[in-house]
Amino acid sequence: MSAPSLTPSKAANHRRNPPRAAGPAPSGGRFAKSLKRNLTAHGFLIGAVLCFAVFSWYPMVREFFLAFQKTDGGTTTWVGLDNLTTVVNDPAFWQAWRNTALFTVLALVLGFAVPFAAAVVINEFHHGQGYLRLLVYLPVMLPPVAAVLLFKYLYDPGYGLLNELFGVFGLPEQQWLQDPDISMFAVVVASTWMNMGGATLIYLAALQGIPGELYEAAELDGAGILRKIWHVTIPQTRLILSLMLLMQVIATMQVFVEPFLLTGGAGPEGSTTTVVYLIYQYAFNFNNYGAAAALGLLLLVLLAGFSAAYVKLSRAEDE
Amino acid sequence: MSTRTLISPAQLSRPRGKRLYWVTFAAVVAVFTLVFLGPLYWLVSSGFKDAQEVIQTPPTLVPGSFEPENYSRAWEVMDLASLLFNTLYYAFGALAFQLVFDVAAAYSLSKLRPVLGKAILGMMLATLMIPATVLVVPQYLTVLDVPIIERNLLNSPWAIWLPSVTNAFNIFLLKRFFDSIPKELLDAASMDGARPMRILWSIVLPISRPILGVVSIFAVVGVWKDFLWPMLTLPDPTKQTLNVGIYSLSNGVPVNVLIAALTIASIPTLLIFLVFQRNIMSGLTAGGLKG
Repeated sequence: MSAPSLTPSKAANHRRNPPRAAGPAPSGGRFAKSLKRNLTAHGFLIGAVLCFAVFSWYPMVREFFLAFQKTDGGTTTWVGLDNLTTVVNDPAFWQAWRNTALFTVLALVLGFAVPFAAAVVINEFHHGQGYLRLLVYLPVMLPPVAAVLLFKYLYDPGYGLLNELFGVFGLPEQQWLQDPDISMFAVVVASTWMNMGGATLIYLAALQGIPGELYEAAELDGAGILRKIWHVTIPQTRLILSLMLLMQVIATMQVFVEPFLLTGGAGPEGSTTTVVYLIYQYAFNFNNYGAAAALGLLLLVLLAGFSAAYVKLSRAEDE
Repeated sequence: MSTRTLISPAQLSRPRGKRLYWVTFAAVVAVFTLVFLGPLYWLVSSGFKDAQEVIQTPPTLVPGSFEPENYSRAWEVMDLASLLFNTLYYAFGALAFQLVFDVAAAYSLSKLRPVLGKAILGMMLATLMIPATVLVVPQYLTVLDVPIIERNLLNSPWAIWLPSVTNAFNIFLLKRFFDSIPKELLDAASMDGARPMRILWSIVLPISRPILGVVSIFAVVGVWKDFLWPMLTLPDPTKQTLNVGIYSLSNGVPVNVLIAALTIASIPTLLIFLVFQRNIMSGLTAGGLKG
């Protein structure tokens, strides 16, 4: 450990084959040695690799095949693009995509801006930061059933706290989850409350990395608070902001649990049917695995683009 | 003081700045408390109300009626004891499997560097890029009939435990931590004749306590919070988790009893959070940026 001149990666290259002076010398030549080393290494890997093979890699391949197959009883036949046409011709198809897009946009407006604003505000305080951080993260730790049913009661048009609160401010009472025009909005608010803690903490960590001199320099130029946010805070956290944005798009496009628990999935007039809920319906209500897989494949293709962008950005951040 | 932020210390030290600071601070603390703690307070306090009072408008801030037996009724009617036991059983089983398999894999990939190791790691990380919900259908079909061993894992804890091992994010976190352990340390041990197993046990694991803590908490909380997968793979009501069990019984019980049940279901993870706050927060910011 007393040769600090080497960078870690170089050190690793130098010592690929550690000297084995005192250890029990393995018999055989270099080949046998490396075989033995590899056997040990793969022995450590085997458990995880088997699990991945059965529960991740194989289902990935299977998803692809399923999308072009139909299973009836015990026989599986190739049906080409039939599943895809079934899915696309379903009247719920476009509605599900519209709802999902609406959820994603709403979730970005709320779920992206709110945690960032919360982080900026918390970061300004010299007291009570721990308490505020704890508060924001509290809902993340609730089991989803508890958080979601809690919101179901808050939204209740009869005795719900939210209408009560609206009454105090003289606002008209709403039907919330029963009103097709705002049901999705209500779902997004609940979802933001449940999930914003993680993003807030990540933004806070990023904000704490901004050098204070930048703010001082901006002040010398006469910048006010808003200009400082615009010209220093946002550019300095740009990478993390864009990473989180992508991650949120990927996550919100897959929304399922919140609408499923809050409105039973479809919601009034199908206003909260999401793409993943439709997949769920095909697979587990209609037993049409082929259609479910075809729809899943569409979602996968769409999200693959976002994922690729995400990977590229993370690489950029690593460097 | 600490590093400076948006508002300059000079501005803050003026009397007007000070006043403004404290006013906003009080307002923010009040709003945050109301928004994040308010609903939880409503949950716990409504669990003590009688059925009439829960749905009464305007709602009471302090329960007028006091029925702590709601909690015991919830405990009995919804059989929370066995739901809780199931959830614990699945969560800690999943933790054990993840600790054994994922730590071993990360150690192998980081320190033993087997042939094809890079490719295997790449394939593991690739699973992070497939939207999880897309895989639910083929995964479910796989659980119905696991290839090669030809078993149906429906209603068995294995359906939770084994797929939980395929957590590429945990493997990635562990591997990154192991990568930072100086190679010289391990070389010294292997010169003394220690085998890889021994090195992992006596050197790597003790150093890695912080990351193991983070991974463990995420593993337990992950199972505790999961809904869709246990709902699909554990249809038998006696084998369900808290989430699924409460959901499927939620229509049949009085509101105040259900609310009491929700409170009880929330306590364990909230306790985990309050106790391990520091680890959870550090884990989030250590690994949360990349996923």
